[in-house]
Amino acid sequence: MSIFLNKDSKVIVQGITGGEGTKHTALMLKAGTQVVGGVNARKAGTTVSHVDASGATVELPVFASVKEAMAETGADVSVAFVPPAFTKDDVIEAIDAEIGLLVIITEGVPVQDSAEFWAYAQGKQTRIIGPNCPGIITPGEALAGITPATIAGKGPVGLVSKSGTLTYQMMFELRDYGFSTAIGIGGDPIIGTTHIDALAAFEADPETKAIVMIGEIGGDAEEKAAAYIQEHVTKPVVGYVAGFTAPEGKTMGHAGAIVADGAGTAQGKKEALEAAGVKVGKTPSETAELMREILKNL
Amino acid sequence: MEFQAKELFAKHGVPGTPGIVANTPEEAKAAAEKLGVCVVKAQVKAGGRGKAGGVKLAKTPDEAFEHATNILGMEIKGLTVNRVLIAPAASIEEEYYFSFLLDRANRRYLCIASVEGGVEIEEVAKTNPDAVKQIPIDPGTGVDEAKAREIVAEAAFPEALTEQAVQTVLALWAVFVEEDATLVEVNPLARLAGDKLEALDGKVSLDENAEFRHPEHAEFEDKAAADPLEAKAKEKGLNYVKLDGSVGIIGNGAGLVMSTLDVVAYAGEAHGGVKPANFLDIGGGASAQVMADGLDVILNDQQVKSVFVNVFGGITSCDAVANGIVGALDILGDEASKPLVVRLDGNNVEEGRRILNEKNHPLVTLVDTMDGAADKAAELANA
Repeated sequence: MSIFLNKDSKVIVQGITGGEGTKHTALMLKAGTQVVGGVNARKAGTTVSHVDASGATVELPVFASVKEAMAETGADVSVAFVPPAFTKDDVIEAIDAEIGLLVIITEGVPVQDSAEFWAYAQGKQTRIIGPNCPGIITPGEALAGITPATIAGKGPVGLVSKSGTLTYQMMFELRDYGFSTAIGIGGDPIIGTTHIDALAAFEADPETKAIVMIGEIGGDAEEKAAAYIQEHVTKPVVGYVAGFTAPEGKTMGHAGAIVADGAGTAQGKKEALEAAGVKVGKTPSETAELMREILKNL
Repeated sequence: MEFQAKELFAKHGVPGTPGIVANTPEEAKAAAEKLGVCVVKAQVKAGGRGKAGGVKLAKTPDEAFEHATNILGMEIKGLTVNRVLIAPAASIEEEYYFSFLLDRANRRYLCIASVEGGVEIEEVAKTNPDAVKQIPIDPGTGVDEAKAREIVAEAAFPEALTEQAVQTVLALWAVFVEEDATLVEVNPLARLAGDKLEALDGKVSLDENAEFRHPEHAEFEDKAAADPLEAKAKEKGLNYVKLDGSVGIIGNGAGLVMSTLDVVAYAGEAHGGVKPANFLDIGGGASAQVMADGLDVILNDQQVKSVFVNVFGGITSCDAVANGIVGALDILGDEASKPLVVRLDGNNVEEGRRILNEKNHPLVTLVDTMDGAADKAAELANA
């Protein structure tokens, strides 16, 4: 088991013919993912050549729309590598096609576009991850995104993080145990899947024995997650928060990582998590050590 | 800044008088000659300008000259005043508050309106919370005339102002969506003599991610007020924030770099309290040129005593990063004069470490772990 993504997932790539789409389609195939095609209206009817995990050459069909790609291939997951200016329209197209999972890798999406497609997705069939995220990996089964598949293998830890490179760092720290699923939800002010959505799914997943939750300054997602953990999560959770040294009013790279008027500070998030019984590490390595202590005793 | 917010207000038909921007006392005087009795207002990106003495009433052009002389060059919350706005004095009967903003916690927009304006809205929210109305806005449907009427009724603006208020709300909504703002605030929205509604002061925050559809927003950037190192970094497309410490930081990925700052600050506790000097995220593709640009900015920071390069090779492989560092040191030559502590992990790490070991540059120390490298960099900064 795993959450949101497994070996049976059939993945299409929106923007499969672009630079990023081409590079990561190859890496997703190499990680064992069933990539079954892609979308680019201007190149519909053509194919792109790739090599799958077994080393065999595959010709992936390019379709005019997500709907057509789903009808022809049975795809249930889409990964979007499209420029910010086109993201909103492509996301709405995927929602209208009723794809089950849509992972938006694109960085730099205007926040009003995200607000609009999020409002549009309400009450519909599509789970959105991102934007501005590394995506999701179920090691040994499938990768929908850009997380390096070679960092860590399968194991008992579920990981949810706003940040891409901190996801990689934590997977690296705990590569001795491995992961059920690791999901990077993205650092933008408005994102689809939240910490809480991932926590709920990990709680319900029998393969996940313990959860690492990585947060960062800005917003109140970590505080909300802490309250949720206290009420609903029985599995052990270890936390990490980045941004203790960040000054107020400055954006630290992620559009969402801004501390305003003392709200959304790292200290506040750490305290909220600790009050909910979550052990919080001061550094990634200490966080991994806290998790190891828990796993040893399970 | 206020005068820029007012430009955007005027563009979308928000009632108000933009006033005249002056860079010198002479210009202030000339503006006052046109406007009559006026207010001289410091233009900086900070609240509390009135309390700091940056807003003065001028009854004559000579008074405007005098106030501008005092206000120009003044520091407000650490920001130097380079410009004043000369706005016609208004006879204010009542002051209200109005804003549209992004409500990230609820993934929608929010309208905040209050009949108690002119002061900090946070204060009103504490002392008289009932006077602060919050009206959620669905990003899918936005604000049409019916919604604007609902907002105006909820805010409880005086009946005599209803029609003006509805039109003002629609104009402010146009500013919010058409300019891709994350905040549009009017404080005060004032009732002037003769039941005239006007935006007397305002603030607009724009979404940087939306700059591609608003090339005209580039002119709003306050180049004079920016830190010179930050300005240089921005010119080179680097994501850099200047801080106060002495350990320069370069990393890949916003989260990892924020974490690196924290780990250096902890390590610094054992080394005389040294702190990180900056945030610098060089992103996924750490080419020699990007690494050289990053190092160039950091080495020009006089406060920097050592540099910590912390890279987790995810998509980028560590050998590319190592070549980037070696190339950067070659490009910089003698300008590179401070010790570099490098930690590489992830994709192709052995090859990356081999390249750095082979080069054996006297300034470079390779350390295996993030914690160990932070400790070494802090130690070197305290030497």
